[in-house]
Amino acid sequence: MTITVTVNGSPADVAEESTVATLVADRSSGHDRVAVALNGDVVPRSRWTATALSPGDRLEVLAPTAGG
Amino acid sequence: MSTTDVSHALEQEEAADPFTLGGETFTSRLVLGTGGLPSLEVLEDVVRASGTQLVTVALRRVEAAAGSSMTEVLRRCGVRLLPNTAGCMTAREAVLTAQLSREAFETPWIKLEVIGDDRTLLPDAVELLDAAEQLVADGFTVLAYTTDDPVLGRRLADVGCAAVMPLGSPIGSGLGIRNPYNIALLREEVDVPVVLDAGIGTASDAALAMELGCDAVLLASAVTRARKPVQMALAMRQAVEGGRLAHGAGRIPRRWHAQASTSMAGLPDL
Repeated sequence: MTITVTVNGSPADVAEESTVATLVADRSSGHDRVAVALNGDVVPRSRWTATALSPGDRLEVLAPTAGG
Repeated sequence: MSTTDVSHALEQEEAADPFTLGGETFTSRLVLGTGGLPSLEVLEDVVRASGTQLVTVALRRVEAAAGSSMTEVLRRCGVRLLPNTAGCMTAREAVLTAQLSREAFETPWIKLEVIGDDRTLLPDAVELLDAAEQLVADGFTVLAYTTDDPVLGRRLADVGCAAVMPLGSPIGSGLGIRNPYNIALLREEVDVPVVLDAGIGTASDAALAMELGCDAVLLASAVTRARKPVQMALAMRQAVEGGRLAHGAGRIPRRWHAQASTSMAGLPDL
């Protein structure tokens, strides 16, 4: 079974048992220092594994880039 | 004096004139932005040539982010990271971005930018002050990018910002310091460090900022978009050092007419 969430502005079907941790593992290959917002709030790294995804969740998965 | 002697003397001057910001002490007074480089391959050379110890970075969606090679380069250079809130247009966005940056970069330091206009990228004073107040209350070390308004600068210092960072002119414009009077006035108004941020086009702009009494200069495009970024990074380093030394040395007063430097005493009657 899958559920639909929004990741970085695009719809994504993920396994029903997904957590923030599984999503980050899936999305952030080649990046370090990743940060995640779930429905407009920060999810601290320490809570990634315990934070389950629900249908309709909006996630932002962010990583460092150059900036002024 | 040989070049080595000059360089040694400069290092001694820097060591004797440290720059303290947010409880940290730096010998370099140049803060470097990483945005705008055509490729990350020259990043390390640029950072090393600039002598900077504090470098700005940003957070973006992973699809558009630089990859771990950028943070590895910066770690190798031994610089402290200063995440920004570039692109935020409301206090709410800026506060959330700062919280995400604290999580990602494991630092409470934030270069707070809240932009009020797409075309000029000028700061939104109302949202900026609101965000600064919230972030200071949340334990952040806030370095606030602001207009060159001395009153707003004072308000930002009053709410607890660790540094006030007035623009010389709009971000990336290279127009230099459009209102040197306001920058000097702002420097007098606040007790926290003043960092000239944005608008620097070339070395003389950075030197002027320091001569006006700024404690440091933050620049990105002037180096990253120069034809030779590494050479410009070195130029900026020397300009900041020169401007700081000149500020401490004290410029001569401006005079309307000439004042001979060669004595008239003993002038022969030829």
